[in-house]
Amino acid sequence: MVSQLTDLTISQALDLLDKKEISSVELTQAHLTEMDRARFLNAYITETPELALQQAAESDKKRATGEKIGRLEGIPIANKDLYCTKGIRTTAASKILSHFVPPYESTVTQNLKNAGTIMLGKVNTDQFAMGGSTMTSYFGVTKNPWADENGEYNLVPGGSSGGSAAAVAAGLCMGATGSDTGGSIRQPASFCGITGIKPTYGRCSRYGIVAFASSLDQAGPMARSVKDCALMLNEMAGFDVHDSTVADFPVPDFTQALHTDLKGKKIGVPKEYRSKDLNPAVAAVWDKGIEYLKNAGAEIVEISLPHTKYALPVYYIIACAEASSNLSRYDGVRYTTRVDGKSLDEMYENTRTDGFGPEVIRRILLGTFVLSAGFYDAYYIRAQRVRRLIYNDFIEAFKTVDAIVAPAAPTTALSYEAMKNMKPVDTYLGDVFTTPSSLAGVPSLALPIGLAENGLPVGLQVIGKHFDENTVFQVAQILEDEAQFVKTPHYVKG
Amino acid sequence: MSFDEKTIKNIAKLSRLHFPETEEAKFAQDINGILQWVEELKEVNVDGVEPLVSVTPRTNAIRKDEVVIGDIQAELMENAPESVQGFYVVPKMVE
Amino acid sequence: MTYTIQGKTDKWELVIGLEVHCQIISQSKVFSPSSAVFGAEQNTHVSFIDAAFPGMLPVVNEKCIEQCVKTGLGLNAVINKYSRFDRKNYFYADLPQGYQISQLYHPIVGEGYIEVTTSEGTRKIGVERLHLEQDAGKSIHDMSPTKSFIDLNRCGVGLMEIVSKPDMHSPEEAGEYLRQLRAIVRALGTCDGNMDEGSMRCDVNISVRKAGETTLRPRVEVKNVNSVRFVMQAIEIEAQRQIELYESGQSFDQETRLFDSVNMETRLMRSKENANDYRYFPDPDLLPVVLTDEYIENIRQNLPELPEAKKKRYIEQLGLTPYDAGILTADTETSRYFETAIIGQDAKKVANWVMGDLFAYLNKSNQTITESPISAENLGELVGLIADSTISGKIAKEVFEIMAETGKKPSVIVEEKGLKQVSDTGAIEALIADILAQNADKVAEIKAGKDKLKGWFVGQIMKASQGKVNPALANQLLDKKLAE
Repeated sequence: MVSQLTDLTISQALDLLDKKEISSVELTQAHLTEMDRARFLNAYITETPELALQQAAESDKKRATGEKIGRLEGIPIANKDLYCTKGIRTTAASKILSHFVPPYESTVTQNLKNAGTIMLGKVNTDQFAMGGSTMTSYFGVTKNPWADENGEYNLVPGGSSGGSAAAVAAGLCMGATGSDTGGSIRQPASFCGITGIKPTYGRCSRYGIVAFASSLDQAGPMARSVKDCALMLNEMAGFDVHDSTVADFPVPDFTQALHTDLKGKKIGVPKEYRSKDLNPAVAAVWDKGIEYLKNAGAEIVEISLPHTKYALPVYYIIACAEASSNLSRYDGVRYTTRVDGKSLDEMYENTRTDGFGPEVIRRILLGTFVLSAGFYDAYYIRAQRVRRLIYNDFIEAFKTVDAIVAPAAPTTALSYEAMKNMKPVDTYLGDVFTTPSSLAGVPSLALPIGLAENGLPVGLQVIGKHFDENTVFQVAQILEDEAQFVKTPHYVKG
Repeated sequence: MSFDEKTIKNIAKLSRLHFPETEEAKFAQDINGILQWVEELKEVNVDGVEPLVSVTPRTNAIRKDEVVIGDIQAELMENAPESVQGFYVVPKMVE
Repeated sequence: MTYTIQGKTDKWELVIGLEVHCQIISQSKVFSPSSAVFGAEQNTHVSFIDAAFPGMLPVVNEKCIEQCVKTGLGLNAVINKYSRFDRKNYFYADLPQGYQISQLYHPIVGEGYIEVTTSEGTRKIGVERLHLEQDAGKSIHDMSPTKSFIDLNRCGVGLMEIVSKPDMHSPEEAGEYLRQLRAIVRALGTCDGNMDEGSMRCDVNISVRKAGETTLRPRVEVKNVNSVRFVMQAIEIEAQRQIELYESGQSFDQETRLFDSVNMETRLMRSKENANDYRYFPDPDLLPVVLTDEYIENIRQNLPELPEAKKKRYIEQLGLTPYDAGILTADTETSRYFETAIIGQDAKKVANWVMGDLFAYLNKSNQTITESPISAENLGELVGLIADSTISGKIAKEVFEIMAETGKKPSVIVEEKGLKQVSDTGAIEALIADILAQNADKVAEIKAGKDKLKGWFVGQIMKASQGKVNPALANQLLDKKLAE
């Protein structure tokens, strides 16, 4: 029974809860048991079992007494440890915030609470969401529940939302919040064989989410089906007075367009994504995906996104510039841990050098440099200009197509060893397919389509027009139906 | 552009970070690698292209002039590494 | 005649520009909904946004936008329909975000001017720009020998930074510019202009050049010069310092100095090499502010009368001298007092009373005009009592003193003390007859042609009547008696 409960999708569980065949306490307890068993995966930074069981009991009571319930009533989820949760430690997987307990709740997690979800805990991420492996986490790396060819759990789950992806894949929660700045939802989703969407920039409030790069950061759900993502995003999205950049128009029902056919829809296949970096196994899965869409009645159109190859450097300049400024607030004065010094500046330097990991420091240095006198125009402003060209590429493409389908990551999940031996720049290449849509702000969903020869999942991403997540969900649902991907990692298979 | 010793010292200072010389050299090397890779942006013709600051389709996100938050001094101080009588405390600053 | 300073070898001209920070009058802060009111207990007007907690975001206060537009219109300036916010990055204990949100690239207000009248005449001093930004908190250094204490109450209060063009050439001109600017923001209700409380703060840019030179020499920024008098003094001191350096064959680079009003000197704060690299870039948390013509026009229509327009009106319609008009319009409280006092009265006479006796009294008693025990209505009434000959000017001074002491209406004082002027011809004639009789020798002298003695007689009449006789009437009746 236990393993069955943790295999359910959110929509299946909601159905069973409604029919009173299961209770939220049972569902929650099943996940807590799994969390215990899977502790070696290191998916969670902070577990909140008592709170979860208490919330679940209250939720069951609500259902029993016929009180008004939320649309995700009783569903146990996990939150990326970048979302501030009132009274519960929020670390951004960093040393500097390792003791920080926010006195407030992020808008997105509050929305999910209001929808009746149960929080199991806070899941791992790369430090300040900077990385693609969770290897930069101060709390240690999360293991991918998919094993390598030797049956060892030596693979990264991807990142930065690697804790979310691993937890969802391994049945340690039914869904999780992630956040995506340059691919941090889509790449780990692809590595772990689950589904995740980075909605349009401005769809979800950023209020209460530890900032990495403000013009790119976007919250999104990660789950085991397209429909589950739609259900979660329905609750997460929406206007918020606390965030100037969030869209001020209503959110449609994202489950509406699921299971409608693709007749008359044009799907674009960007030729620039067939690059030298693309692993042949991933290319093969991509072709399979294209075939599925063709079969479903879509017209496949080759398109060009000519500035694709510049997306990565543009992304790293802009994201690091914003991050260098966003992370200035961690200074040892008001809430972070402090390492003393004789002068104020010395205290700052000691606190920050001790509190940030090397990847964070690298990005702060790079970001500070590209904004510094004499380099601002050559790097930062130039990057912003090229960002507009990338943005325009998408606007132009969407004049002829309704959605774009492309690989989510150039490879399957890599091993720690492989990652460790890479130069920083080479690790950045994992974001090559995800950064263009981040820079353009368009929605993009990654879902698993098949396995590569090495037995690891490969994901594709479906990219849509600004604020047209519905078409994205529609196309993704077709792919999910056609692919019949068996989303069972080695760990769950046992 | 080479990210030399002088530059890394200056940038680290601006960022309020400091490392031993060996680490400094390592970071400088890493950043040089990134900057070399970024060089390819120079081949893009950006004449007349307006920098893109935000992809939000909104302007004028404003709020009414109302005081919504009252005295939360106690909560603020609870989070502070060092405080005295409702003040944040830091090492003496030179005026 | 241009203002110059005579050095040992040359005549030098001054080039001065001012950067004035004005705290915006609003209920809440510019990017957070905590109170912007001055004077609360430390860190009680601070939100998690002001203290820059993780994930906190700024949202612009619409009132601050409106106050900037109002001020811009008051400065005869271009209102930019598109403006945006930038981050100015630097570390300081009273700057929790590690950056100040400001407007470098696209300020909300562009070029304008302030009309300034000095002994050299009236000139338009150019305003370069006005931008909206957030104030920093306060650091307190004298509470402990090893620690500094931080209060963030002020952190995030809206500021307008108003930057002049380097258009001013004398300490007097700079002082007048600042006075005018203060009068404008006060009249508009956009800043209270209290320099001693720090709600208006001034940095001065100064360079000197030899008379006739057309290029500019390096300028020095003098920080925190926080009164009109200090601005004028700082300019003189700093200009002298620069002239002495040049004349002794030295030169210097652009630098920032601090004004020390105790030792009357400027001190080096940082040189150009140590200048901060602020790494300004557009704040990705905030959206552009886009204003419509309609919005701007609506504010323009509802602007109060500004000091300059008021001054013109006082000169043209009330017949005041430019000097008097300037003083009476220098601040809103004075002009409001004056305009209440002149209702039904002769404006020029009221002006004399306000600028003479009233100002002298307020100055002596260290009170502001709003604290005056003599209300505007009562001062007007006093002027009326003189005009209709109820009391003499001399008695009026006496009544004024009592008004200042008691706050009573002048008519009540006159009644209570029996100070009403005697206009009964018979009684006065009797009094005159008496005096003439007692001073027959002097009467004889007058009749012999010593006209001057008439004044002495009037004095005697006033004395005998305790000043209650209408002096004009006394003169007239004296003439009549002497002619008999």
